[in-house]
Amino acid sequence: MRILMLRVIAILVTFIGLYMLSQFVTYQMDPYYFQVLIECGVYIILAVSLNLINGITGQFSIGHAGFFAVGAYVGAAWTMIWQPMVVERYSFLQMGTLHGDILNLLIALILGMTSAGMAGFVVGLPSLRLRGDYLAIATLGFAEVIYVLLLNINSVGGARGLNGIPTLISSGNLALFWVFLFVIISIVLSRNIMQSVRGLTWLSVREDEIAADAMGVDTTKVKVTAFVIGSALAGAAGVLYAHFLTGISPDIFSMNTSILITTMVVLGGSGSVTGSVIAAIVLIVLPEVLRFLKNDRMVIYSVLLIVMMLTRPQGIFGTKEIGFPKWRRKQPKTEGRSA
Amino acid sequence: MATQTAEDGGAIRIMSVLEMRDVTKKFGGLAAVSGLNLVVEPGELLGLIGPNGAGKTTVFNLITGVYKPSSGDVLFQGMRVNGLRPCRIASSGICRTFQNIRLFKQLNVLDNVRIAAHLHTKANLLDSILRNNRLMTNDRELTEFSLMILRSLKLEDVSDQRSSDLPYGLQRRLEIARAIATKPRLLLLDEPAAGMNPQEKVELMELVRSVRRDYQLTILLIEHDMRVVMGICERIYVLDYGELIAEGKPEAIRKDPRVLSAYLGE
Ligand SMILES: Nc1ncnc2c1ncn2[C@@H]1O[C@H](COP(=O)(O)OP(=O)(O)O)[C@@H](O)[C@H]1O
Ligand SMILES: [Mg+2]
Repeated sequence: MRILMLRVIAILVTFIGLYMLSQFVTYQMDPYYFQVLIECGVYIILAVSLNLINGITGQFSIGHAGFFAVGAYVGAAWTMIWQPMVVERYSFLQMGTLHGDILNLLIALILGMTSAGMAGFVVGLPSLRLRGDYLAIATLGFAEVIYVLLLNINSVGGARGLNGIPTLISSGNLALFWVFLFVIISIVLSRNIMQSVRGLTWLSVREDEIAADAMGVDTTKVKVTAFVIGSALAGAAGVLYAHFLTGISPDIFSMNTSILITTMVVLGGSGSVTGSVIAAIVLIVLPEVLRFLKNDRMVIYSVLLIVMMLTRPQGIFGTKEIGFPKWRRKQPKTEGRSA
Repeated sequence: MATQTAEDGGAIRIMSVLEMRDVTKKFGGLAAVSGLNLVVEPGELLGLIGPNGAGKTTVFNLITGVYKPSSGDVLFQGMRVNGLRPCRIASSGICRTFQNIRLFKQLNVLDNVRIAAHLHTKANLLDSILRNNRLMTNDRELTEFSLMILRSLKLEDVSDQRSSDLPYGLQRRLEIARAIATKPRLLLLDEPAAGMNPQEKVELMELVRSVRRDYQLTILLIEHDMRVVMGICERIYVLDYGELIAEGKPEAIRKDPRVLSAYLGE
C-alpha cells in the first residue's frame, strides 16, 4: 500500500514537474536551444532503447534509424494523411484544442510504436540465426531499405519528406513534456527490467548464450522481446521528433543516424543506461558547441571520439550505473571484497 | 539392465530417469557417438568415463539438446526429448555444467545463480516493468533460494564478487551451484574436477556426494580420471571412440581388459 502511494505521488510529481518545465522553458528559451533540447530528448530515447537490444541482450543491431523512421513516418502519416480523411466522420478527432491534440498525439504514438515494434519483430526474428557481424549487416540493411523506400514513396513526399506536420501542442506548449515523459519511461523501463531476476536472464544472453540456454533461458524469446520493445521506443522517438520539429525527410534517417545512435551506446558503455543517456547528450550537444570551428568541427569531433575509444574502450561508464540502488543483502559482509 | 519403461505394461517398474536408445551422432564422416544405449535410474550417481575425445561431452550435448542425434532417441522420464530446444529440456528438469567453464563472466556470483533460479519465477515481464508486489515477493524468494544454494556450496562469502574474478576451483563449484538452482531432476556434470589437484578432487567428490543427498538428485558424471569416479559412482559406463566398451560396477570396470587397454593405449 505504501509503495503504491509513493508511486502515485512520484508519478504526479513527475507530471507536474514536466509540465512546469515545459511551460517555463518554452516561453523563456531561444528557439534554437529549444530545438537542441528536443533533439537531446529524442536521442536519449533512441540510445536507451538501442541499449536494450545491444547493451543488455548483446545483439549487435546497428540499424536503429530504421525503426526511428517507421515511427516518424507512420505517426506523421496519421496527422497529415489519415486523420484528415476520417475527421469529418469523427469530429472528436479535431485538432486545435488541448484534448484534441493530446488525443491525436496519442493515436500517432500508438500507431508509430506499434508499426516500429512490428518492424522490430520482423527484423528480430530472422536475425536470431545471425550473429555478430552478420546481424549488424542485416539490421543496417533493413535501415537502408526503409531509407530507399521513403525516398521513393511519393505520398510521403519522396526526398523532400513531409513538412508542416501539425505540432499538436497548440494549447500550451507541451513538446518538452511529451519528449521527456518518454525519456523517463524508457529509462525506468530499462532500469526495472535490469533489476529483476527476469531481467538478469536478458543479461545472461549477452554473457553466454549457450550457458543461458542450458539454464532454461528462452534466448529466442528474450532477443525478440528486446527487439520489439527497443524498436517500439525508437518508434515513439520518431513520432515525437516528427511532430515537435515539424518536418521529416529521409535524410534524417540515413545510415549516419544509425551509426550515431550506435556510437552513443558504445561510447556510453554497452549495457549502461546512464552511459547511453550521457553519451546521447554529449553527442548531440558537442557538434553544436563546436559550431564555431565551422568546417573543422566534424574532424575535431571524430578525433575526440577516437581518443575516447582508445583511452576507454569499455565506454564512459562500462556497465556501471548511477542512481540504481543495488540490491544489497542484509547479511554482514567480510571486508576486502569488491562488488 | 532395466531398459523397460512404463509403456511396457507388465510388471510395475520405476521409470528410468534417462534413457538413450541406440543414439548415434555423426560429424561429417566421424561418428562421435555410435549406437549408444544408456540408462540412468532414479537416485543413481552414475559415471561416464573414457579417454579424451571418446565422445563423453557429445553425449551431454545430445541429452541437453545442443545437438540432435543423427539417429536414435533420448528419453527423459519416459518422454522423447530429442529435437526439443535446450531451454525446454532444461526447464523439463535436466541441467548441466560445462567442461570449459561457461559462467556469466561479468555478473556476480549471486546473479549467476539467480539467472538459473528464474525458471521458478512466477512473475512475467510486465511485472518486472511495473515492479509490482508480485515481482518484489517473487524476486525476494528467488534471491533467498539462491543464497541458500550458495551457502550449501560454501560460496556465500563470495556472493557479490564478479564470477570471472573467482579462483578456478570456485568457478567450477559455481557452475554446480548454478545448475542446482534450476532444481533439476537429473544433473549432468562434465569433468567437474578437471584441472584440480588430487586433494581438491577428493573434496569435490565429497561435495558432489553431499549435494546429491541434500537435493535428491540423480547425477551423471563425466570424468577423465578413472580413479576419481571409482570411489564415488555406483555404476560406470565406459566410452571409447564413441562406442560403449563396458558398463558395470567399479570393481568390474577396473579389471575389464578392454577398459584397461583403452586407457593404457591412450
Ligand atoms: N561440433 C563438433 N564438430 C565436429 N566434431 C566434433 C564436434 N564436437 C565434438 N566433435 C568430435 O567428437 C569427438 C568426441 O568429442 P568429445 O565429445 O568432446 O570428447 P570427450 O568429451 O570424451 O573428450 C572428438 O573427436 C571431437 O573432435
Ligand atoms: Mg569432454
